[in-house]
Formats: sequence, structure tokens, C-alpha cells
Amino acid sequence: MTTVERIAELVRTTSSSLPDDVEQVLRRSLRKEPKGSGAAMVLNTILENCALARRQSTPLCQDTGTLAFFVDERLRRRVTPSVLKKAVALATARGLLRKNCIDSVGGHSYDDNCADGAPVVNYRAADLSGPPTVTLLMKGGGSENMSRQYSLPDAGLGAGRDLEGVRKCVLDAVVKAQGYGCAPGILGVCVGGDRATGFETAKEQLLRRLNDASPDARLAKLEKSLLKDANTLGIGPMGLGGATTLLGVKIAARPRVPASFFVTVAYMCWACRRGVAVFGADGSVSEART
Amino acid sequence: MTRLEYPFDERQIRALKAGDSVSISGLVHTGRDKFHKWFADGHPVCVDFRDGALYHCGPVVVREGDGWRVVAAGPTTSVRENPYEPDFIAKSGVRVIIGKGGMDAATLDAMRRHGCVYVQAVGGAAAVSAASVRRVAGVDYLDEFGAAEACWHFEVDGFKGVVAMDSHGASLFDRVGAESSARLSELFRQFGQIRH
Repeated sequence: MTTVERIAELVRTTSSSLPDDVEQVLRRSLRKEPKGSGAAMVLNTILENCALARRQSTPLCQDTGTLAFFVDERLRRRVTPSVLKKAVALATARGLLRKNCIDSVGGHSYDDNCADGAPVVNYRAADLSGPPTVTLLMKGGGSENMSRQYSLPDAGLGAGRDLEGVRKCVLDAVVKAQGYGCAPGILGVCVGGDRATGFETAKEQLLRRLNDASPDARLAKLEKSLLKDANTLGIGPMGLGGATTLLGVKIAARPRVPASFFVTVAYMCWACRRGVAVFGADGSVSEART
Repeated sequence: MTRLEYPFDERQIRALKAGDSVSISGLVHTGRDKFHKWFADGHPVCVDFRDGALYHCGPVVVREGDGWRVVAAGPTTSVRENPYEPDFIAKSGVRVIIGKGGMDAATLDAMRRHGCVYVQAVGGAAAVSAASVRRVAGVDYLDEFGAAEACWHFEVDGFKGVVAMDSHGASLFDRVGAESSARLSELFRQFGQIRH
């Protein structure tokens, strides 16, 4: 199988199959919602949808989103932007992706989902602990519209330049999002950085498995307490009320300049589509979930 | 779970309360931005909506022989139809509006006056929504509006949703929004106490 075919297959599995860790948390959340409640109905439907999409190999959401590839730099020559474009065009022709790429100036559609800057390609430093991988994240527009960035201090929130201020920003973002980003959501958060790296880093946190924890003990503690606090807000699945507002909170920190203190929140819908293709030294690929 | 079947009975619709789970069967018509503008511009609407259902949805539908097959049919965001919906409810006699995200106070008031409910479908659950469509009974405005905006006539079976706005002036979105904001203030106060 060619590299283009391998990546097109990665698009297929990512689009049609929710990562097992996300599905597990959805299942666990369902047990906490009262039987017969709106929240339980929504979670049941979501789980049913995941099983159906996986069985049919069809997109689990009609908004197949922005495609962002994260490529181990050891694969730079094999998995080029041109290879990724060919794979995305192929996957689109196979009906795995909606025609979802619009020219922002002229308004026309790029029917193969390929343009200058689409798909998004990031080469990342080699992770020498394992074989090289290509990771794909598909994020829909409804959730992207709910992402936001704060600049501390924020007088309106009474949020200062400390971790308590960060907590206030994150919880405010959850309340502002209500159910509009297709709750229950997953938050990627970046503390610090500049405006651009803030969003980049926040979004990259969405590649982490829900059951992991930040290697920084202070951030790991913050991740846990924010998830707990957010799930007392009562927003619930699709904003209809309930105990399941978030499935996970993933936080990273980046250094900042003295003048700036940004807190960036990337809101991901429950349909957190991420997939990984693992490349062997001989060029073979074995599919795996993150 | 309350089963609702077309034609929808006014008494049954008025008995529903915000928060109730429902399962809808029978005829449902899609209509979104272009459909609402068409109606507001004074054109006659293609089908009789009396005791019927309107679904804010831009489905993916493919030709199959002489008929159609629905591939993905999740809800679209309803707020864009706020300017048109009160008038549409009053004039059409529609009983059920299905969508995502809820609608404004004027629409809620029209629902109270005319006996109509807003049902929140599950955003993102495109495969399940499509699977509940048993048959495409027909389509109008396909050439005028395009496939995503056309008025599709779906025969659905067991389409699931939650009553988010009822005919008594109650909206889950208003309630959840107010309660979550109050809870946020409470959390912020607790943070302050930890610190001092």
C-alpha cells in the first residue's frame, strides 16, 4: 500500500471511529445521569452513533472539520505536504469527508478539501521512545467557535496572574460555551505563550488520551480540579442540563514575556476525532489509536 | 420517553414539558435559511405544515436509482431562523420544531400562543439521525435552494430528541444558562475564600 493510501485510511478510521478512551468516559458518564433524563438520552444517542459510524465506516459527524496532521520529523521525506494533500483528496472522493473547505476571500469551495494551508501540517520533533507516527486531529466548526483566549489580569472575571486566575478563565469559557460546542466537551488549555503559540499548544493538548495526566504535578492537580468544578456547573450534554459538561481537561504551560499572560482554551466537542498511524522502519504502517 | 406521531395532536404537544425525552415518527420536513427567507418574502410554502414538524437540517442525501438515500442528517444551529420563526409558527400551524441550540424569547412566546415545542436533536450524531429516516418521501426547492437547503420530506421512525422549549414558556437553555452562571459566581467566591 502506498503512503497516500495509508494516510487516506487514517482519515477513514479517524472520521468514523471515536477513540476508545473518549468512548469509555462517555459510557462512565452515562451511569452518572438519571435514567430517562435528557442527559441520558443524549449520551445514549451519542454512544449509539459511535457504534453505527464505526460499523458502517461513515463519518460520525457531518462536520468533518479542519484536518490537522502532526508528523514525526523522521517522516519528513516520506509524508510530505503533497502526499497529505493527495490522501485528503482521495478520502474526499471516497465520501469520507464533507466538502468542507471554503475560500475565505472568494467564497468558493475547494471540493477536494485541499488548498494553500489545508490540510494543516505540523512537523514535530522526533519522539525517540517509539516508532515514528502521523497523528490526525479532526475538529468541527461548532466547537472551534467556542474556543477563546484571555489576557490576564481580567478585571471582569476578577482573575489575576496566578493559577487561580487561570481557573477562573477556564470555567468562564465553559459557561460561555454552554452546549453550543456540542457538549460534553474536552478542553485543551495553554497557560502562557504568545497569542499564536497559545492556541497551537492548547489544541495540541487535545491529542492526549483522556486518562493521562500532565507530567507537571501542579498542572495535573489543576486538570483534575477543573474537571470536577466544571461538572458541577450543570450545563450537561448538548446544554440540556446534567452532570456531564466536560469529559476531560488537558493543560500545558509555555513561557511568556513579562508584559503578557495569556490563557487559551481550545474547546473540543465530544466527537474528538484523533487517530494515529504508526510507521515501521521498513515503511509498513500499523494503525493504532492514540 | 414520549412517542410523538405525525399528525401531531395539539393537546399532546401542550402536555409536554421542557426536559421531556421524545421519539418522533412520521413525516418531518427540513427547512433552514433559504426556506425561511422564501416564506418571509411572501411565497406560498410547498407543503401544509399544519400539525407537522419542521427540522432545521442540511442533510447529505445521495441519489440511489429513482430514489434518495440519507447519509448524514444532524441538526444545524437554529438561532439564524429567529427573525422568521414566530411568524412561521403563527401562519403554518407547525407543532414541532427540531434543531440545535434553541431559539429566542419571541419564538418561545409564539410556541406558547400557538401550541408548539422545540426539540433539541443530538448535535454530531449524524449517523443515528440518518438511520432514523426510513424513506425520503420527496423534495421541494431542490433546484432553487440546492440539496443542503432544500425542503426534504422525510419519513422518520424513532427520531430522538429532548423538548428544550415547551408551550408554557419554559426553556431549558434559559434555565441551564442562568443556573450555570449562578454556580460559576459561587465557585469564584469559594476561590476567593481559599486565598484570603
